Amino acid sequence: MSNRKRIVIVGATSAIAQHCARLWLQGSEVDLVLIGREQQRLEIIAADFKVRNSGAHIVIEQANFTDVASIVEVARKVMDQGDVDILLIAHGALPLQRDCQEDLVLCERTLEINAISPVLFAEAFAKYMERQAHGAIALIGSVAGDRGRRSNYVYGAAKGLVDRYAQGLRHRFVGKALKIVLIKPGPTDTPMTESMKGKGPRLAPVGDVAKDIVNGIHHGRAVIYTPRKWRLIMWVIERMPDFIFNKMNI
Amino acid sequence: MKSVSSWGRLSASPHHVVELHNAEHARGAVLNSPFPGLAYGMGRSYGDVCLNSGGTLWNTEKMDHFIAFNEERGRLICEAGVLLRDIQRLMVPRGWMLAVTPGTQMVTVGGAVANDVHGKNHHVHGSFGDHVLSMTLLRTDGEIIHCGPLERKEWFAATVGGMGLTGLITQVEIQLHRIPGPWVDSETIPYSHLDEFFCIADDSEDHWEHTVSWIDCLSGVQGRGLFMRGNFQNSPLSHQTQYAARSIKIPVTPPISLVNQCSLRLFNNLYYHLKKIRAGRNVVHYEPFLYPLDNLLEWNRIYGRSGFFQYQSVVPRSVALDSVKAMLREVTAFGGGSFLAVLKTFTKREAVGMMSFPREGATLALDFPDQGKRTADLFTRLDHIVREAGGRIYMAKDSRMPRELFEAGYPRLQEFLKYRDPGISSVLSRRLMGG
Repeated sequence: MSNRKRIVIVGATSAIAQHCARLWLQGSEVDLVLIGREQQRLEIIAADFKVRNSGAHIVIEQANFTDVASIVEVARKVMDQGDVDILLIAHGALPLQRDCQEDLVLCERTLEINAISPVLFAEAFAKYMERQAHGAIALIGSVAGDRGRRSNYVYGAAKGLVDRYAQGLRHRFVGKALKIVLIKPGPTDTPMTESMKGKGPRLAPVGDVAKDIVNGIHHGRAVIYTPRKWRLIMWVIERMPDFIFNKMNI
Repeated sequence: MKSVSSWGRLSASPHHVVELHNAEHARGAVLNSPFPGLAYGMGRSYGDVCLNSGGTLWNTEKMDHFIAFNEERGRLICEAGVLLRDIQRLMVPRGWMLAVTPGTQMVTVGGAVANDVHGKNHHVHGSFGDHVLSMTLLRTDGEIIHCGPLERKEWFAATVGGMGLTGLITQVEIQLHRIPGPWVDSETIPYSHLDEFFCIADDSEDHWEHTVSWIDCLSGVQGRGLFMRGNFQNSPLSHQTQYAARSIKIPVTPPISLVNQCSLRLFNNLYYHLKKIRAGRNVVHYEPFLYPLDNLLEWNRIYGRSGFFQYQSVVPRSVALDSVKAMLREVTAFGGGSFLAVLKTFTKREAVGMMSFPREGATLALDFPDQGKRTADLFTRLDHIVREAGGRIYMAKDSRMPRELFEAGYPRLQEFLKYRDPGISSVLSRRLMGG
């Protein structure tokens, strides 16, 4: 058997996903399936990946991320073509909290794209990957999911749901070779966080975050905080008594 | 609004920073820009060529996708925000390399074109623009211009070295250069006189691809220094093992410059004598050879909070010895000089760009911590020497040259102005071109 890996990336055009893919393409034999919403953007990154590794086999799949039938169909199609070693579910959107409060349609969409959609993708693939009994399903959560904060609790709630979901999925596969990895990036320098630039914490370079993710998935870690300092920071924030927490403007 | 500085850290002024994600996204951003904008990549130019205080900066860092690569012919097409380092690291193992790179590989392709950067091998490969096969320029009125050495040549000549003022460069096609492997045969030769430098430089032109020299600018008119030259090794499999880049970072900006007369004298003496003892031939990896400072992250901080100037001029070869001597005399008299003093000869080769810096002659680069009037007066004296010699100053390093010296140094300025994009402006363009 060859060492060739088959990696499926949902939300492949996201900056973190692209940087993970670039690392996977470095030097190793991989086949990539890129699932995204916009054909044109998928083509741009597929061309980029092809230059980075001309031996890689790269397939593009377009899907509607908020449509169950479309998600089920793309999972079936991908799994029909063979086993999957790594499934990375990376899509997400980060609107301003204030806008979510004022516009409930936006609030609904935020919950849908950050929580329901990733869960449906994971569930659709898990059905097949359970049978192959190897590989990893990695979901991108967020440090924002660890404790609700006034500055981004709608997004945080969605990511918290993904956290709980991953926990349950991991429980389901205990003792099996299929690993469930939950990634919790801190604020990262990507197009998604553009509005955060220059305010709040320094954004982590996306290349460093991707390195932690690729490493963590390789080792089958249950939860990856990246950059690592966020494990400690969130440990403190989660346990902080209300009388202190309530005074903080975070 | 976000505070942005260039590499010299002389100013930090507010800019509307807009990040571009790809060509399509760039089009929307550029067309709808409420203020005049300017492309900004890694911010590695020293002066104000990459700044647009109060206006928009289109950050191209995330436009970092490769588009296509022809492995047989070494032709690479990529977006303008791709780093030279990423090209090198991807292509060197495949036997291809950028023909021309500056002293750092942490710059974007777009920035390399816009400043028509040069490297240690100017006498063999010219400057960056000589290896550009074509590019796409997005004008702020929405027009898209494909240009190259054969197609819409006048746009190409205006854009190479055009400081980003002719439009936003969105993608570039580059001819890479074949190399046998990553290892360089290098040689360091100490010299104790400027005349000796020019002799070694002339002798090295035919047989050495890379030549550069560090000069001890405190050694007086005599001008001692170290001449470094190198060629890529022909045997692809060297006895050398893998090269692993290790970097350290200057962690904080000291309140005052760490480069002063005392530290400089000490450093220069140590550096010269240590290198002199270890002079001779060596096999080194191309990264430390070509980009010696890239592993010292944020080295620009050593000059302290007020930042530093880099003064890089080129003077014609016929008067180079006298002019360089005169400049060194001024620097010696000034006292507090530069530790990154670099002297290099350029060959007789007409640059592609109307506003390109390289021309036949000798180029001297010096840097100085900002000391207000004292440094300004020194520059005025250096300007005088450059003007008398019929030379020019490098815009990628400049933030203070007088307008008449600029106009004298760049005789194709009037021709260039016709190609400017009215929706693009920089601090440098306002300072030197009045808009």
